[in-house]
Amino acid sequence: MNFQLTKEQEFVRKMVREFATNEVEPIAADIDAEHRFPEENVKKMADYGLLGIPFPREVGGAGGDQLSYAIAVEELSRVCGSTGVICSAHTSLCCWPIYAWGNDEQKEKYLADLCSGRKLGAFGLTEPNAGTDAGGQQTRADLNGDQWVLNGAKVFITNGGYADVFIIMAMTDKKKKTRGGISAFIVEKDDPGFSIGKTEDKMGICASSTTELIFQNCTIPKDRLLGQVGDGFKVAMSTLDGGRIGIASQALGIAQGAFDVTVDYMKARKQFGKKLSQMEALQFEVANMATQIEAARLLIYQAADMKDRNLPYGKYSAMAKLFAAETAMYVTTKAVQLHGGYGYTKDYPVERMMRDAKITEIYEGTSEVQKMVIAASVFGK
Amino acid sequence: MAFKIIVCAKQVPDTNVIKINPKTGTLIREGVPSILNHDDANALEEALKIKDKYPDTHITVVSMGPPQAKDMLLECLAMGADEGVLVSDRAVGGSDTWATSNAVAAAIRKIGEFDLIFAGRQAIDGDTAQVGPQIAEKMDLPQVTYVQEFEIEKDMKSITVKRALEDGYEVIKIKTPCMLTAIKELNAPRYMTIEGIFSANEKPIHVWSANDIAVDLDTVGLEASPTNVFRSFTPAPKGKGVILEGDTEKEVAEKLLIGLKGKHVV
Repeated sequence: MNFQLTKEQEFVRKMVREFATNEVEPIAADIDAEHRFPEENVKKMADYGLLGIPFPREVGGAGGDQLSYAIAVEELSRVCGSTGVICSAHTSLCCWPIYAWGNDEQKEKYLADLCSGRKLGAFGLTEPNAGTDAGGQQTRADLNGDQWVLNGAKVFITNGGYADVFIIMAMTDKKKKTRGGISAFIVEKDDPGFSIGKTEDKMGICASSTTELIFQNCTIPKDRLLGQVGDGFKVAMSTLDGGRIGIASQALGIAQGAFDVTVDYMKARKQFGKKLSQMEALQFEVANMATQIEAARLLIYQAADMKDRNLPYGKYSAMAKLFAAETAMYVTTKAVQLHGGYGYTKDYPVERMMRDAKITEIYEGTSEVQKMVIAASVFGK
Repeated sequence: MAFKIIVCAKQVPDTNVIKINPKTGTLIREGVPSILNHDDANALEEALKIKDKYPDTHITVVSMGPPQAKDMLLECLAMGADEGVLVSDRAVGGSDTWATSNAVAAAIRKIGEFDLIFAGRQAIDGDTAQVGPQIAEKMDLPQVTYVQEFEIEKDMKSITVKRALEDGYEVIKIKTPCMLTAIKELNAPRYMTIEGIFSANEKPIHVWSANDIAVDLDTVGLEASPTNVFRSFTPAPKGKGVILEGDTEKEVAEKLLIGLKGKHVV
């Protein structure tokens, strides 16, 4: 067992920390207030290879590993949860399923553009009536000659309004239901019959674009099927196993960011003639926060490392996501409390971080779903 | 056009986090991260900009320091440089600027032909701004210090630079090969790229001893250095400032004038 990061992983942290501090942090409060997708920073992330971290150079990736990717999402989210999830959803939910499930033609056609950030990716599984119960898909795909015809709608799709490539789950055989009945497809933004619906007005991660996707006789070539007919549920579940590393890292970053800001504040803020950092009752709060953050980090890095070593990691990424999301809520709530009235204002970033933290307990599998995954691996399925 | 560029870089303690021992007045180096010297990052960035424009350009970053300075060279490679050279030998340890420039000049001679040497104006730990100019002198190269703007002429053999002065700038045309020292106004250094980080190990970093660079051992190291640090200290903090208050600007100005006259400043 070795808890030492490699030189490359240390460099990734240093590089993304500098990038986040100089490029992301200065606009984080503004893009949150304006609910503005930071296109300029997505372009910069693309230029620096941040949109294709854990993929080999042969397919156009940066040649990094899952742990480096986790560190990058953590560091981006440390200053802006929205920017963190843009990177995470693109990488884990769009690039990865094409990399893992795509045939050679699909990889060649899409991966280089996605990993270089020339194109942005998104993933559509959730529907108005199929959230946690992903098997209740109502979007249908029917084969019509050489084309698939999709009908239905997806909701809460991260990067929806700005993505070029979408991984879409649709029912291809209703009788077979979840396992075997769902298939995965690659949809491009300009495909006929495809459109972006409502953009959600959210509580947090306000600079992330969360939209509805609408398929009205959306017609795509036959070769856009990802994997085999009926593989959709497996594609989705394996994708989400990895996505949880990204969201856990986002949660960790939000927690770490709120923690760092709070520690600085406590060293400066004086009450009753002494600094907050000198008050034992508050020190104990900080000790708990620091410990939870470190525990979350270890769970996440372990899951990422297992994925890098091709070990079964689904249980561990579920644990990492569950614990990191709860840590993000716990730490950001305490961070606001330790800031007192100032923490409740938009003059300090902790209220934004608290709003951003909540989604990590909900998307890419709620905390309850993580517990189902973990329990299933404890008791057997 | 395939330029050959040499960039001189130094690994320095990050002065943003450095603390000074109040008793001894010396730097506390423990736990202080080492970084690529800021002005040297500007020097490298300008070289990388040339490489962006002329992709056949080859950039060699040369440094002198302890073995761990290799990390800084790796960082330069992750930013886009092609090759690193580290002069690392106990024989060159403790060198002052004169001895350092002897060693670095010897290393550059060993590297061979080049069109340009870029160095940072000065290092944040020593602040001497001497090593770049000394290397140029010892190699008989024309040099321009404090470069704030840089342009390659159409003939590709001469360069026009703006040299910063305290109250303006000079425009200087200079023929290659030459030495230029960069200031922070020259550009904004890029970050490492992720791909750069994961491919840096595939690029060469040569670690050379004093023997490798064929330098006269009587001209390098602590013993050979004509200058040495006699004492370092932290100036005692000044007294607290005074805030002058008054109802009008005139009143405040009067108080200021009275105060200054009282101290015989005016």
